[in-house]
Amino acid sequence: MRKTLMIMVVWLIAGAMTTVYGAGVVKIGQLTPLSGNAAAAGEHEKAAGALAVEIINNKHPELSNLPLAATAGLPNLGGAKLEVVVVDHQGNPSVGQTLTLRLINQDHVVAIEGSYHSSVTFAATAVAERYGIPFVVGDSVAANITQRGFKYTFRVTPIAPTFGQNYMEFLNDMKKAGHSVSTVGVVHENTDYGTSVGEEVAKAATSHGYNVVADIAYNASTTDVSAQVLQLKEKNPDVIIFISYTQDTILYMKTMKSLNYKPKMVIGDDAGFNDPSFIPAVGAITQGVISRSAWAVGKPGSTTYRINEMYKKLTGKPMDDPSARCMEAFFVMADAINRAGSTNPDAIRKALVETNMNSSQVMTGYKGVKFDSSGQNELAATYLIQLQGSDYVTVWPTDRALAPVIWPYKGWQ
Amino acid sequence: MIVIQVIVEGLLLGGVYALFSSGLTLIWGMMNFVNFAHGEFVMLGMFAAFLTMTWVAGGPVLFTIVAAASLFVLGVVVYFALIRYVLDGPIIGQILSTFGLALFLRYAAFFVFSANFVTLPDTYLSGTENVLGIYVSIPKLVGGVVGVLLTIGLHLLLTRTAVGSRILAVAENRDAAMLMGIRPDRMQALAWGLSAALTGVAGAMIAMYYPISYGVGESLALIAFVVVSLGGFGSVPGALLAGILIGVIESLSAYYFGPAFKDVVVYALFVAILWVRPQGLLGTA
Repeated sequence: MRKTLMIMVVWLIAGAMTTVYGAGVVKIGQLTPLSGNAAAAGEHEKAAGALAVEIINNKHPELSNLPLAATAGLPNLGGAKLEVVVVDHQGNPSVGQTLTLRLINQDHVVAIEGSYHSSVTFAATAVAERYGIPFVVGDSVAANITQRGFKYTFRVTPIAPTFGQNYMEFLNDMKKAGHSVSTVGVVHENTDYGTSVGEEVAKAATSHGYNVVADIAYNASTTDVSAQVLQLKEKNPDVIIFISYTQDTILYMKTMKSLNYKPKMVIGDDAGFNDPSFIPAVGAITQGVISRSAWAVGKPGSTTYRINEMYKKLTGKPMDDPSARCMEAFFVMADAINRAGSTNPDAIRKALVETNMNSSQVMTGYKGVKFDSSGQNELAATYLIQLQGSDYVTVWPTDRALAPVIWPYKGWQ
Repeated sequence: MIVIQVIVEGLLLGGVYALFSSGLTLIWGMMNFVNFAHGEFVMLGMFAAFLTMTWVAGGPVLFTIVAAASLFVLGVVVYFALIRYVLDGPIIGQILSTFGLALFLRYAAFFVFSANFVTLPDTYLSGTENVLGIYVSIPKLVGGVVGVLLTIGLHLLLTRTAVGSRILAVAENRDAAMLMGIRPDRMQALAWGLSAALTGVAGAMIAMYYPISYGVGESLALIAFVVVSLGGFGSVPGALLAGILIGVIESLSAYYFGPAFKDVVVYALFVAILWVRPQGLLGTA
């Protein structure tokens, strides 16, 4: 009897606390892979989301160029604090769908950010659309996500056609600098991300007059890639572009070394190449590899530098590109909720449509944030970075470069 | 020339497949027990090698011994703490027990080591030799050779020694073996220890060229099950033959049909062979 009474009292107090606490809280959802083959990336994105919310919920006058950083909470909602409900989709689209339902129906979130894997985002956005909950895509780049006429899907990150275009412009610049480049090999993992980006890259290469001599699809959880590397070696393209996740990227780089194969240049399409595990694992044998990134740490004292320091304090690791793009999405989402001045999903959607941020208000290399009619950020852009020593440095476009490009690819030496 | 290179890669891969499958087949042959935590044992072997290299340095010999020894202990502990209790239970209980163990080990590793990938630092076995124009990765070669030797060694242990006979006697008829003065618990604990130790060695070998993370067991375990059922459950030479066969088929089909289709070829052949020989290549019906 006594025990039952105590449980009831605790239950009542807990209930009362949620009600009081609940008044000043706006719940948002984050869909990310915390287990499965991209768990490392998911952990980092979770930290990035937490950091964005920390900056928004507390006063950070030193970061005042970012939306909502200088004030505490959401001023237009009486200083309400953001609370993130993080769920783990395991890299599985159907789990992603189920969890999106859960976020909407059980947690009653007002907006969702997600979800690293393009395949999961593709499935999850369809659920959010059905329930009329805004879904802000931080870092999934498959083109088809914003090609379905959805009203509640907004994508902040640049997408596959932009990257394909950027890589070819970079190669054109290299040709102008006197390096011979005529053939390209595309190696991509075989889910939505790899397939769609691979297709766009191959398309861009052909339209710029490059000959795509190898186009290899593979499964990212494969245990051996030596046959593929031998295939590449035989076809010998001047430049190889990898669209790969983490474990497979590491395996490819190690196998290329063990089979002694070095093309003139290796370009990695972000993801695995920007995973914090990449440099410690294979940095020494991939000198000169090019990757894309919308994130650059910048000079000491700058906003990006400060964010990097805060992120390092939180995770022990420097900020990486997917996490930075994910964090950017949180700012965009929070800014819209604040401007909406309400937690009504339709009001938030309307505010997202009206989003207009310039390049000084973003933490990434985007020229700003402004959504076109499909929900894609038309001001999104990327830098190219090159691994020189133990760090990536920005090398392209030339006006943003911090160091000249090293050509050809050095690998291990 | 390139075809020879592809086949060499397949042989090297197959040797390692054989190595990490033999532990699984031993447990099956011993007590008709499928260990679903097998992939996680490989993963722990990899981490044991990694921790040895980062904490006390040393080389491949040391970290392989540490991996084997620590996994042997783990195998024995798992037997006495878990397997012994479910052996006489219903088959579903047996399956779920090691499945649960797999999840426990996987996420315990996640908790301790985080989700990040790590790689083993280079050792004197790292690198590649060029043999008449064929590149041979030394860690894979060593892994493959060790795999073949240990598998043969295990086969000899089971068929030519008194301990092996006792293990097999318990497998054949637990009660009769007990009447002959054999303690089945000891023999079965020994079998679990040996199986786990072999798996630990496999983990240490694979760690020399494969990225290590808590989830690596998932990708590897599936192959082990295919190898074991193709070779014949319980047959150690069968695992060796099947491992090498699958390694070569995988490499050739990845080269000729593209890596996305290699699993299709492997599994189609797998089904075809089992159709003709349901007991596996060297298994007994």
